Amino acid sequence: MSEYLLEMKDVSKAFPGVQALSHAQLQLKPGHVHALMGENGAGKSTLMKCMFGIYKMDEGQVFIDGQPVIIKDPIDALSKGIAMVHQELQPIPARTIGENIFLGRYPIKKLLRFIPTVDHDKMYKDTDALLKKVKLPFDSKQLVGSLSTSQMQLVEIAKAVSANCRVLILDEPTSSLTQNEVDSLFDIINDLKKDGVAIVYISHKMDEILKISDEVTIMRDGQYVGTWEASKLTTTSIITKMVGRELTNLFPKRENVPGEVVFEVKDFTSINPKSFRHVSFNIRKGEILGVGGLVGAQRTELMEGIFGIRSHVSGKVFLNGKELKISRPKDAIDHGVAMLTESRRTSGIMGVLSVADNISISSLNKYLDYKICINSSKVEALVQDNVHKMNIKTPSSKTLIQSLSGGNQQKVIIGRWLANDPDVLILDEPTRGIDVGAKYEIYCIIAELAKQGKSILMITSEMGELLGMSDRIMVMCDGRCSGFLEGSQATQQNVMELATKFE
Amino acid sequence: MAASLDKNNKGVASRILATAKSNPIVVLLVFVSIVVGFTTQNFFSWGNLGNLISNTAIRFLIALGVSGCLITKGTDLSAGRQVGLAACIAGVLIQRGDYTGRLYKSFPEMNMWIVLLIVLAIGAFIGFVNGWIISRLKVPPFITTLGTQTIVYGFCLVFTDAQPIGGFQQVYTKLITGRIGNVRGFYLPYLLFVALVFGALFWFIYNKTCHGKYMYAIGGNEVAAEVSGVNTKNTLLRIYIIAGVMYALAGYLLAAKSGGASASMGQGYELEAIAGCTIGGVSTTGGIGRVSGVLVGVLVFELLKIVLQFLGVNPYYNYVVQGLVIVVAVALDIRKYIAKK
Repeated sequence: MSEYLLEMKDVSKAFPGVQALSHAQLQLKPGHVHALMGENGAGKSTLMKCMFGIYKMDEGQVFIDGQPVIIKDPIDALSKGIAMVHQELQPIPARTIGENIFLGRYPIKKLLRFIPTVDHDKMYKDTDALLKKVKLPFDSKQLVGSLSTSQMQLVEIAKAVSANCRVLILDEPTSSLTQNEVDSLFDIINDLKKDGVAIVYISHKMDEILKISDEVTIMRDGQYVGTWEASKLTTTSIITKMVGRELTNLFPKRENVPGEVVFEVKDFTSINPKSFRHVSFNIRKGEILGVGGLVGAQRTELMEGIFGIRSHVSGKVFLNGKELKISRPKDAIDHGVAMLTESRRTSGIMGVLSVADNISISSLNKYLDYKICINSSKVEALVQDNVHKMNIKTPSSKTLIQSLSGGNQQKVIIGRWLANDPDVLILDEPTRGIDVGAKYEIYCIIAELAKQGKSILMITSEMGELLGMSDRIMVMCDGRCSGFLEGSQATQQNVMELATKFE
Repeated sequence: MAASLDKNNKGVASRILATAKSNPIVVLLVFVSIVVGFTTQNFFSWGNLGNLISNTAIRFLIALGVSGCLITKGTDLSAGRQVGLAACIAGVLIQRGDYTGRLYKSFPEMNMWIVLLIVLAIGAFIGFVNGWIISRLKVPPFITTLGTQTIVYGFCLVFTDAQPIGGFQQVYTKLITGRIGNVRGFYLPYLLFVALVFGALFWFIYNKTCHGKYMYAIGGNEVAAEVSGVNTKNTLLRIYIIAGVMYALAGYLLAAKSGGASASMGQGYELEAIAGCTIGGVSTTGGIGRVSGVLVGVLVFELLKIVLQFLGVNPYYNYVVQGLVIVVAVALDIRKYIAKK
C-alpha cells in the first residue's frame, strides 16, 4: 500500500507552441493540504486539469492508492473521487442553489413506478443538510444569481464537498472571499482533513499557504521544482523558489511628487441604496491614492459610477476645477479619465482580436487620415511603442490576446489606456491573478506614471500592495468612505479598523 | 536567386495547403464542381459562368449586409423580406406609364435613379428600426428581426395586394441586366462591377475605419468595447442601417434581373446569406469575419446550386443538400476552435 493517496508522475503536456508541462509530478497524502505554487504560466492549472481529465496528458501516469489509473474525462475523475473547484466559476445563476449543487447527478424517483423524475424534496433536503454542514446560511431554494461572487464561490466549494470526494482541488478559492469567509473555508478544509481527504490548494496568497498547508510543491515553467514541508518555508523562500531568483524588493522605489489637487469627487451616491453613498475625495497631480476595504465595500461600484458604467443619483465630479458630466465611459475618456476594470475577461480583453487591436481600440480616432481612414503605420507604431515600453511578451502584434498570459494581457490593457494619455487613471485590482514577476513590472509602470504627473486611483484587496504602493489611502466600508490615511502612517492595523467601521 | 524562388513557391504551396485544410467544405465543393464539369455538358460554358456571376453578385450584397450583424454576435432574419419589399417598391414605382396592369395608376412614371434613392431610404429606415430596437431596447437581434421580418412581409403584401408586378421601364431592366465586352461569347455582367465596388467598399469599412474596428471589438467583447469608450449603441445602429441599405440595393437589382417582382420574392434569402457568411468563416461566436471569406462563402453556395442543377437532382432535394452543407460547414468551423483546447 502506497503512502500516497494520489500520485502523478512524469506528466508532460504540450499546446501548440508551448510546452505547458514537462515531467511534472505531485504526491498527495490523505488528510493533508498540499499547496501547489508557481507564477502564472508555471503549469499549476494545467497539471490540475490533467488530473481532473479536462486535458489529456501527452506523457505521464496517475496512481490512486498505488494503482495506475487513466482518467478519461471529468465524469471519470468524479467517479474516482476527485473533485475540483475551478478558478473561474461556472454557476447557473437562474437556478437554485440545490439545482446547482446536484447538477448532473439529480436524485431520481420513479413516478408511477416507471417514469423517472427529479426528486426535488430529497434534493433540497440534502442541500440544506450540506449547507448546514459547511456552515453556510443560505436557503437551498435561493437562486444562485441572488448571491454575491464570494458566496457563489462558497457554494461551489460546498458542491465539491458534496461529491464525497477523496481528492479535492481548490484553484484560487479565496480570490474573492472576505476574511470571515476565508476563515469559514479553512474550517471546512480542516473538517475534510479529519475525514482523510487530500486537498490540493492553489493560491498566490502566501499567508494563507503558510497557515493552511502541510506540504508545498513549487513549479516553475511547467517543471517540478520541489516539495517541502510548509513549516520549513517562509514567504521569501517560497518566492525565491518560484521565480528562481532573489526578489529583494516587492515594490519599486517611487519618485513621484504629488502636486496640486486635480480631480475631485463630491458627495457621490449610487442609484442603488445598498451601494456607495455620500463619498467625497480628491486626488492630486502625480499622486497614487490607494482605495482599501473589504470585498463588498462597494469600491468597484464607486469607481464604475465615476467612470459612467453605473448610474448615480447625486454627486459631482471635477477635473481641474471644471465639473464633468459623465453618463457613459466615453464621456469620461473624452475628459482624460481612464479605468482599468476589475475583470479582465468580462470587461477587459477582446479575446479573438489581436494585441494591436486591443491596444489601439480606444484611441483609433486619433490616427485618422482624411477623418475616416485609419493610418495603419501610425497605429502599428503606437502598438510597438507600447509593447516595448510595457515589456509585453508576445510573438507579434498580430497575436490573439487570448493566447497571452494574464500578466501580459493586463499590460496590453494598461497600454490601451496610456495610448489615450489620460490625466486620471483608475486601476481596479491591477494585479489580480498575476504572477509575482509581472506584478513587479506593473508596480514599476504605476510608479512611472505617477512620476509623469498622472493621478492614480488604485483599488486593491491586497494589503501589502495597498500599503506598499499608496501615497495616501482611502478606506471604504459598506458603501461609505470611512477614512483617509497618509501612506507613511498606514498600517495593516489602522486600515483594517477603518475597513470594519460599520455603522 | 533560384533558391529563393523555390523557397517562395514552397511558401505559397504550403499556404494553399493550410488554407485548404481549414476550409474543407470549399475544397470539397470545388472538387465536386470540377468532376461535374467534366462529366456533364455545358457546365464549363461562358453562359453558365455569367449566370453564376450574376446570381452570386446579388447574394453577395445581401451577405455583406448580414455579415456586420453576425460579426457583432447578432443576426438579421428580416434580410430576405427586406429584399422582397425593396423589389416590390422598386417594381411598382418603375412600372411603365402605359402599362395596363399598373398597380397604382395615380403614380407618375418615375426616373429609375430617383426610385433607387427612395428604395435605399426605405431600406435605411427599416435598418434603423432594427438597430434602434436592438441597441436601445436591448431586444436580442434574433427576436427583433424575427418580428420585423413578419412586419415587413405584411407591409409588402398590403402594398402589392399580393399581386405580381411587371411592365418595368426598359431602361431599368436593360441597364441592370446589361453586360460589357464580348470575348468568345463571354460578357461581363454589370452586376459583377456592382459587387466588386461594394466588396471593396466593405473591405475598406471593415479594415480601415473606426466603425469597422469597433464592430470587431463589439463582437470580441461588447462590455470591454463599451468600457473602452466605443459608442456601442451607435455602432450597432449603423451596422443595421448599412445592412438595410444593402438589402434594398439587392432588391432593386433583383427586380430588374427577374423582370418582375412579387411579395414572395427574397423569401429565405436571409438564411442563404447567413449560410454563405458562415461557410466563408464568419464566426458564429462573434468578432471574426472577412469580406473575402463572405465572397468565397456565397460563391461556393451558388456553385453548389448550379452543380445540383447540372446533376439533375430533383429540385426539392436542393433544400436538403443546402441545409446539410450549412450544418457541416458550421460544425467543421467550430471544430477548429474546439481543437485548440
